Amino acid sequence: MSLFVMEGVAKRYGGVRALEGADLALQAGRIHAVLGENGAGKSTLIKIMAGVVQPDAGRLLLDGQPVSFPSPAAAHAAGIACIFQELSLIPDLPVADNIAISNPPRRFGLIDRRAQRRMAEDALARAGADDIHPLALVKDLSLSRRQMVEIAKALARRPRILILDEATSALTAADVMKIYSVLKRLRGEGLALVYISHRMHEIAELADECTVFRNGRSVAHYPAGTKSDGEVVELMIGRDYDAVFPALAARPDGAETPRLELRQLGWGDRVVDISLHLHAGEVIGLGGLDGQGQRELLLALFGVLRGTTGELLIDGRPVTIVGPAAAKRSDIGMALIPEDRKTEGLMLAMSVRDNLSFAALGRLATAGIVDAAAEADAVARIVRLLAIRCDGTDLPASSLSGGNQQKLVIGKWLMMAPRILLLNDPTRGIDVGTKQEIYVLLRQLAEAGTAIVFYSTDYDELVGCCDRVLVMYDGRIRRELVGGEITEHALVSSALNIGADADGAAGAVRP
Amino acid sequence: MSSDWPYRLREHRGTLLALLAFVVMFAIYATNHPVGLNANVATTAANKGVLLAIVAMAQTLVVLTSGIDLSVGMVMVLANCLASAIVVGSPRATALGVLAVLGVGLLCGAINGAIVIYGRLQPIVTTIATGAVYYGAALALRRVPGGDVDASLAEALTGQLPGGSIPASLALLLALVLVVWLPFRHSAIGRAAYAVGSSELAAYMSGVPIRRAKFVAYLLSGLLASVAGLFLTCITYSGEASAANGNTYTLYSIAAVVLGGVSLFGGSGSAIGAIFGALMFRTIGDLLFVFNLDPLWQPLFQGVVLAAAVCLGAARLLHVRNRLDLYG
Repeated sequence: MSLFVMEGVAKRYGGVRALEGADLALQAGRIHAVLGENGAGKSTLIKIMAGVVQPDAGRLLLDGQPVSFPSPAAAHAAGIACIFQELSLIPDLPVADNIAISNPPRRFGLIDRRAQRRMAEDALARAGADDIHPLALVKDLSLSRRQMVEIAKALARRPRILILDEATSALTAADVMKIYSVLKRLRGEGLALVYISHRMHEIAELADECTVFRNGRSVAHYPAGTKSDGEVVELMIGRDYDAVFPALAARPDGAETPRLELRQLGWGDRVVDISLHLHAGEVIGLGGLDGQGQRELLLALFGVLRGTTGELLIDGRPVTIVGPAAAKRSDIGMALIPEDRKTEGLMLAMSVRDNLSFAALGRLATAGIVDAAAEADAVARIVRLLAIRCDGTDLPASSLSGGNQQKLVIGKWLMMAPRILLLNDPTRGIDVGTKQEIYVLLRQLAEAGTAIVFYSTDYDELVGCCDRVLVMYDGRIRRELVGGEITEHALVSSALNIGADADGAAGAVRP
Repeated sequence: MSSDWPYRLREHRGTLLALLAFVVMFAIYATNHPVGLNANVATTAANKGVLLAIVAMAQTLVVLTSGIDLSVGMVMVLANCLASAIVVGSPRATALGVLAVLGVGLLCGAINGAIVIYGRLQPIVTTIATGAVYYGAALALRRVPGGDVDASLAEALTGQLPGGSIPASLALLLALVLVVWLPFRHSAIGRAAYAVGSSELAAYMSGVPIRRAKFVAYLLSGLLASVAGLFLTCITYSGEASAANGNTYTLYSIAAVVLGGVSLFGGSGSAIGAIFGALMFRTIGDLLFVFNLDPLWQPLFQGVVLAAAVCLGAARLLHVRNRLDLYG
């Protein structure tokens, strides 16, 4: 009998379907890999198992008995421990306090620090991290070490089911090796392990069985090693999405000076050795898995990051951009459409008009006084151009739908007629109709001579919108795809760093 | 495994720095005092310092959960007015009076906590509002200053310990640390309060009882504020519904918390640090006196020291590499 079963689980967020008819069965003493593209529903599945969100439909069975987890504490009590992508550690507390946080050992009602110390040392040893001092503060540890503490913390609860959600993505190669042997030992001890990873070689190394998710459904379940990497990628992509993209124009020849050029741009180990040329009228896509340095690359271009290395040239002239205010100056003319429109893109409580004119106020004002007539004209022009649907520009931005809010963020920067436009996943969480309007708009802007860098987690968009796509992995550009080479298959396999890549990096452990 | 003490020093750095700064300032004060540090001078200084230290402890509990309590001073004033009316008479009546004053403190804390947690209102707005209510209640009790307090209780708390020249108020402070602070610090609920202040999301994900932890912090904060009110009554032998007094103590308690190395972002620091922060803040004022400077300079001087402490705390921002973190 299966230790834990999920049957027909469904979950919607607002109008967006995250999971529908998802099935999963876990056995004791087995490592179960869960695969799928970005947004296939894996994270939601895990959150349901861990009691963080509640399913709308379906049932959970533990030892054959129906169960429900109304809170993370309830899932802990049932023996389910989860290691999240986003860390669940308390930065200001020592390692030992963190490991014992959900149920500290007590004596006379107070925490027994000695027992807690033993518990922490024991858990760190089990996680293969006995070089971490139990009294060190979590905020003083590196990301890789923190992730090891997270694993120790999960093990200290003596779970029956251990879920690892991209648990290795932040680890150094040395820590990854330790984790492999730890996981195999735990499997031997009879735990059921759920392993989520985008790294195909890790799955080949560890998994006993695999389940593939696509668009919120579990589409295939098979014993590990019975399908080739190519077949797995086919399963992950599927064939049920078809968007209409505007036709690409002929690519301008690269003879003239590039509008934007990077020479060996770097920022710590998050952005490494990035060189690229971007010409007027060109759309470059950034591909790859979530969190491979794409966001940091855009922020570095926009002058938000301190301590970047390498060279940045605009129109062949080396420049140093010290912040968004410098980036938007007319000689550079750069605009960034940020990832999170609600916090970084809009002032939700302020009016549509104020939001639109913010970035361009300097152009609309004479001697510091905003010319109201010029502002009204410019705002009306943008609202028409982007077909922003609102009942008046005096209403707060929060009254608009998600798609129209996103148009507002884009419109705000179009007010200043940018020469270089950076977009960070601009279509995430908006409806298909608005998406298509944004695709058309990007193409119009490119034809009018704007140079565009477009990061998207949706592979279809990269195929449909971009002249070139740079696929990133671990902060580096792994592969450049041009024109007809940009296919979903090529994007997914280079994002996963598998297949017959030109650089022969298949199966390599990260350096 | 390497030795423990570098890690212990790191964890308690804020508290230790506050202790060190206080010792240095107090040494300067004591060695330059015109009459020297006799028992009466020490007792007067201790009583003033301990009063602020208790309010600062109350403030610390809330600040640790990354909240702020702008009603502590008013709870103290309310407790002062109540104590000046009921902590008198027979020993039995006095004891019951003390319990009633502490009970009112707990009630004030419970009201603050319930509104912040279950009403999901911001602590700063909530406690401005409840503070005004508590002050209104104090005013209803004492339209004009007056009242009395049991003399033997007052003498026991504000005088000197029997058979020595040690101020009794220091023993009161020590007792509060032993009975209220240390059990809180070493209980699971106290740990939870730190966790909530440091990262509420991570605390939730770890199955920590978030609401209970916050509620206990507000509850104990109210209790300590009422102890301060009781102690104030013992110093002055009367009650006064003074808005200026309440507001001053509220703001000074925040200053003491910052000087004591407690992070206003929550999750880091200790009430013991805040105690030394409070004593330091009082000593700054007294330093002007021993050096014969015009007392008019006192607010300015205290402000400069506070600003310097805050600057030290902000030094970490120089190391931020992603400018977005500055605004997060």
